[in-house]
Amino acid sequence: MSEAAVIPQNTNAAWELPSRGIVGMACLITAESAIFLIFIVAYLYYLGKSLTGPTPREVLELPIFTSICLLSSSATVHMAVSALHQGKRSLCSLWLAATVLLGGIFLGGTALEWYHLITVDHLTLQTNLFGTTYYSLVGLHATHVTVGLLMLSLALFFSLKGSLSSKHTGRMEVLALYWHFVDAVWVVVFTVVYVVGR
Amino acid sequence: MATQAPATAIIPQTAPRRLVLDVLHDWVTTVDHKKIGLMYIGYALIFLLIAGFEAILIRIQLAVPNNHFVSPQVFNQLFTMHGTTMVFFVGMPILFGFGNYLIPLMIGARDMAFPRLNAFSFWISAFGGLLLYFSYLGGSGLYGAGSAPDVGWWAYAPLTARVFSPGHSSDYWTISILLSGVGTIGTSLNIVATAICMRCRGMTLNRMPLLVWIYIVMSSLVFVTISPLTAAQIMLMLDRYAGSHFFDTQAGGSAVLWMHFFWIFGHPEVYVLVLPAFAFANEIIPVFSRKAIFGYPAMVAASVGIGFISLSVWAHHMFTIGMTSGANTFFVLATMAISVPTGIKIFNWLATLWGGKIHFTASMMFAIAFLFQFMVAGLTGIMLAVAPFDWQLSGSYFIVAHFHYVLVGAIVFMIFSAFYYWVPKMTGRMLNEKLGKWHFWLFLIGFHLTFDFMHIPGVLGMPRRIYTYEADRGWMLLNMIVSSGAFFQAVATLLFVYNMVWSYFKGPVAGPDPWDAWTLEWSTPSPPPAYNFVVTPTVESRRPLWDLKHPDDPDSHYE
Repeated sequence: MSEAAVIPQNTNAAWELPSRGIVGMACLITAESAIFLIFIVAYLYYLGKSLTGPTPREVLELPIFTSICLLSSSATVHMAVSALHQGKRSLCSLWLAATVLLGGIFLGGTALEWYHLITVDHLTLQTNLFGTTYYSLVGLHATHVTVGLLMLSLALFFSLKGSLSSKHTGRMEVLALYWHFVDAVWVVVFTVVYVVGR
Repeated sequence: MATQAPATAIIPQTAPRRLVLDVLHDWVTTVDHKKIGLMYIGYALIFLLIAGFEAILIRIQLAVPNNHFVSPQVFNQLFTMHGTTMVFFVGMPILFGFGNYLIPLMIGARDMAFPRLNAFSFWISAFGGLLLYFSYLGGSGLYGAGSAPDVGWWAYAPLTARVFSPGHSSDYWTISILLSGVGTIGTSLNIVATAICMRCRGMTLNRMPLLVWIYIVMSSLVFVTISPLTAAQIMLMLDRYAGSHFFDTQAGGSAVLWMHFFWIFGHPEVYVLVLPAFAFANEIIPVFSRKAIFGYPAMVAASVGIGFISLSVWAHHMFTIGMTSGANTFFVLATMAISVPTGIKIFNWLATLWGGKIHFTASMMFAIAFLFQFMVAGLTGIMLAVAPFDWQLSGSYFIVAHFHYVLVGAIVFMIFSAFYYWVPKMTGRMLNEKLGKWHFWLFLIGFHLTFDFMHIPGVLGMPRRIYTYEADRGWMLLNMIVSSGAFFQAVATLLFVYNMVWSYFKGPVAGPDPWDAWTLEWSTPSPPPAYNFVVTPTVESRRPLWDLKHPDDPDSHYE
């Protein structure tokens, strides 16, 4: 019977284990990093191997402004979590709104860039190896930004509704961790695609 | 034993009979780790029978030269489906099934860390398996019956390009593996989070059962091995549907890149499959040797070592593509290096057996056969790690014999061992020992007939994946022996299935702790209630039940 295994000693001693949300997200981030790594390897491997143009140097421009927006959204989401932790709900809503806005600007920037590449430079997924690897790598990242924005918007919605309180700090931390990961991946993608690859 | 209340040992079968629909609803909506574990195991067993049947068809075709039992096209589909099913829909789910069932019980938790994610992972994997077999109906549209994937389980480019693989059969293969990959990553994430965050009071990492330790290593390995496969499948789908050029050699793409991506997954995958077999051995061998495991910290270190080294050996599958000598040397040395931690494990198990009071139950017999066969499989592995030797025998039946020696000789044997050991906990009924021993001997004979003799045609030059051969090659008798062994294995497996069904209804009642074992799962009634433990246990050593049964000489004094 189950009582059999109970040895009631040290019951007062502290027994604390890590948060399962954080551990779960860390595992997910590891798995996602491996996926990104494979796409990055493919990008680097096919660099300069396209049989036809256009080449990265001809068409790519540094997305400095949108990158700054995305990276600063890491700071705003951090501020949102710490505001929530201190119980300042309206401040939390404000920072969350800023995060969603900054993320949205980044996504809009990517959309404009793609629109320009497709209509003006005639670069699509099918054009050459550069198109294939560029759209899939940047697109994979943009997909992750979109997922993050959906979740952040949901959090913002609950925050504005007033149902987000300091007891949800743990969950918001998990979401923030994901968002930091998305930003960190952008640093790598930016370096690979726009610095090394050009 | 005295501390166990007898009331729970006898299962009163007086619960009112419920409607089939209620029972079904219960299973479909459950988030209980035990039920999900059982569903994983049941679903894997069904696929085991299907993929085993495919193997039998392959062996009938190859039993005699110039055979026309199946057409070349069907033969290609058979080995593709056999390999894909056995790896993704038998091996992975059965190991996750045991992990799901045992890990919360072993660490004194009431469920996994994320019960709903657990259910999601199971159902998405199950859907993947169904989709793979739906290809038989839908591979070329509904009119094209019998168009299962035929590109091999490694699906080398450019075979998978639209031109060479028209219709949808390869797409079913891709999507089913993508889905099962999502489920696999979900469950692995769950296992790691459970083992790290849900341990009961006193269950420090140092006291965790080795099974849980190894499942952590295996799950961590999944994150960095299944994900590359998922990425490669996304690329393949983009190639086939959106017209991209990842593996399109006409546009400068590389077929070798697919090989790299596939084997970056493919080789660590072998360790993902074999680590749980080690995990079972670590629990079963000590109990039936009546000794604590020898070298617990060395076992943990060896498992983690295997996890790391396994990430740097993949290109030993690719010696024949012509890599640089630097790359060849690296992968030869890395492959040889991995035999060090595996050797440590073998010696630890031998040292556990040494001087023990060995109980030769069916479970233990499978475990001992596993020890011997795993060692032999490792030895042919070291032979194949030598690049010049591999150049001779790569793509021959020697390779097929080698990896089946690992997959069947080590993993399947240990899975059977685990069934005989833990089914009494899962159903509350003992499996029949006599039938179990018949199962063991028949399977052992069949295994050795098939896979020992399969090495020789490989050395004599018989290539793998051929659908038939000429009579004058000197492979005739050997192939006949190999095929006859397959039938021994089939009969043994059917005997096992019969034993499972029989014991479920008529087997002797097991009681909570039939093996006088030491880990926490044996402190619960068999089968355990939905909440596992009435009171969350507290542990003070690696063998909490030993401490309880021997209060005069508890393990906690020595750790």
